[in-house]
Amino acid sequence: MSITNLAAAPRPAGAAPHRLTQLDVLESEAIHIIREVVAEFERPVLLFSGGKDSVVMLHLAAKAFWPGRVPFPVLHVDTGHNFPEVIAFRDATVDRLGVTLHVASVQDYIDDGRLHDRADGTRNPLQTLPLLGAIAAGRHDAVFGGARRDEDKARAKERILSLRDEFGQWDPRNQRPELWNLYNGRHTVGQHVRAFPISNWTELDVWRYIEREAIELPPLYYAHDREVYLRDGMWRAIGPVSAPLPHETVELRTVRYRTVGDMSCTGAVESDAASVHAVVLEVAQSTLTERGATRADDRISEAAMEDRKRDGYF
Amino acid sequence: MTDTLLDTPSPPADALGGPLQGTLFRFATAGSVDDGKSTLVGRLLHDSKAILADQLDAVTRTSSERGFGGAAGGIDFALLTDGLRAEREQGITIDVAYRYFATARRSFILADCPGHVQYTRNMVTGATTADAVVVLIDARKGVLEQTRRHLSVLALLRVQHVIVAVNKIDLLGYDEAAFIDVAADVRAVTTELGLDAVHVVPVSALVGDNVVDRSPHTPWYEGPSLLELLETLPLVDEIESEIEAFRLPVQLVLRPQGSVVVPEADAHRYRDYRAYAGQVTSGTLRVGDTVTVSPGGGTTVVTGIDFAGEELDLAFAPQSVALRLADDLDIARGAVIAAVGTLPEPVKELTAALFWLDPRPLAAGARVLVKFGTSTIQAIVPEITGRRNLDTLAIEAADGLEVNDIGQATVRLASALPLETYAQNRRSGAFLVIHPQDGATLAAGIVVAAGGAS
Repeated sequence: MSITNLAAAPRPAGAAPHRLTQLDVLESEAIHIIREVVAEFERPVLLFSGGKDSVVMLHLAAKAFWPGRVPFPVLHVDTGHNFPEVIAFRDATVDRLGVTLHVASVQDYIDDGRLHDRADGTRNPLQTLPLLGAIAAGRHDAVFGGARRDEDKARAKERILSLRDEFGQWDPRNQRPELWNLYNGRHTVGQHVRAFPISNWTELDVWRYIEREAIELPPLYYAHDREVYLRDGMWRAIGPVSAPLPHETVELRTVRYRTVGDMSCTGAVESDAASVHAVVLEVAQSTLTERGATRADDRISEAAMEDRKRDGYF
Repeated sequence: MTDTLLDTPSPPADALGGPLQGTLFRFATAGSVDDGKSTLVGRLLHDSKAILADQLDAVTRTSSERGFGGAAGGIDFALLTDGLRAEREQGITIDVAYRYFATARRSFILADCPGHVQYTRNMVTGATTADAVVVLIDARKGVLEQTRRHLSVLALLRVQHVIVAVNKIDLLGYDEAAFIDVAADVRAVTTELGLDAVHVVPVSALVGDNVVDRSPHTPWYEGPSLLELLETLPLVDEIESEIEAFRLPVQLVLRPQGSVVVPEADAHRYRDYRAYAGQVTSGTLRVGDTVTVSPGGGTTVVTGIDFAGEELDLAFAPQSVALRLADDLDIARGAVIAAVGTLPEPVKELTAALFWLDPRPLAAGARVLVKFGTSTIQAIVPEITGRRNLDTLAIEAADGLEVNDIGQATVRLASALPLETYAQNRRSGAFLVIHPQDGATLAAGIVVAAGGAS
């Protein structure tokens, strides 16, 4: 996502002058929310993993403050199980935009004994403690995330500005009503607010926006050949933290990733979609949700996401 | 027909998840317990192919584990929208859930509001952002007290389009006379409440009659199906952009002072860049238009409308833009930029309708914060002048407001604002009431009259 792209968003030819397209409305809503948070909070930070939703968030922030710089740092909770090409993309992107990157390392927490690896090997649920540690250390009163309501049943109930207590907990039974487009960011000492400007976007909206704005993504979102093995109905990559068991056969397949989480719990899907437009068509015709198709961590139970969110996860 | 619910969904070839050039339509659903709202929402999502195979699998599995033998093909559609563990375990809906689906004509955001617990709170939340609200009633029961209350809230909030879905028409044998009776009762209430252009549609969410397609079972009904209505009703912003004056509450001032992201060769052009960022809440604005700024009342000319490097000729709601102005006025967050001569005189007192949402009651003399647009200021509620009886809409005497009450009160502001009534301008006349210590949102407020008790 180079900044020169920002001015290149093509207006749809022949559109009625007083009608915004769906993407225009969603973009305008997100920029409004980002600006509200920056205006009302002292020390916002954006969670940035290099995944497509966080890349779109950073692009929107860049548009919200043009021609100035994005006025807040980004934070990555690094599980140590990330895809190396995503980490490389993350570093190149923050460099290009002149944004400060903070990294909260799950590995550090494991090394000094504050966290222990789980029996199932997934580190995704371990992110919560380093995340809360980084929020406290950075004295961040607002944390932007790229979570979307269409991702999960619990997220469908999430507010755009979501108040968290000093333990980072989400209390779904006691959420502030959100009225008109007036967002209430008031909070007390120790509380912080999670802000989700792309709450109302669907996976397809995100891809159409990436196409329209020519936003660069890590290459593994597009079809490529990769050595994989089948586990729990998902194609897993070969890597230092995701080795096949003896009975699992390694095959070369043409795959792509719909979500980019840990190598140890994110599955690839078979796909020939090598361009952004091909991905848009594929997503539009998909019969599986992105998390159902690719995330082992969300298959643990029907309320897996709700339980993690209550504990302070995104 | 219920077996179609078990079909694996596949998107229609022409839809591809919704039209790229299409608009985004927001609607909310409301109904009483057992009106079949979950089934209707499930039917809309299912028949528009918005439920993906893994979601349907999960719901089907859970439905059969719980022994759900409902007529909807053995699927408990409530499981699709009840996202929280407590909701699924207790079989109740606690909070508004947002759902997304698209047809070949439009994309939709559906705010699915629970009917029975804290109905006002949830209805208000869902209705304030909705272009349309669908109120469900059971054809066998007709207009209930709850229906009347739902419609009262929608009337007070001036929801643009109200659709009453008369559900379970199949259980009345698709009897035209029975529908006409219910529809007449609905019309009597909506007329009394001053709701015009209310659409009444006979549906069976279970069978699918008139939900997506017009039903052969109701040849006597000549109107559109529910989905046809949702696909064709105009958006609030499309209507209001045409009739309301331009308003932009300033969110922040963009003043990068040399720290810019434009190519180096262009950087000198942005050394003194200053623009006022915000979202257009109503009306339209062109470069060259004269605007008034409040507070201060200064007048100047718009020299540029910027959107992330793109120079626009025209801005309209709900675009987020940045305005460059000819003169250096004192403009900060909380200011309003408006079409010249359209802002009323700032006042410090107003009469408001308050939709009280917090379990802690309101008593006269309370100190609160109010948020209008981008301006948050201190306020006092010196007097509560009454409470709406939601059955009659009459204002009755009250000296306090409890959760879910809709009251009338005077509000005194610490500084003057150019207030407009909600009837004149929906965005300018709406505000939040906030607890000054813990920051909770206490109430949704709308300006009934500016300048004190009437």
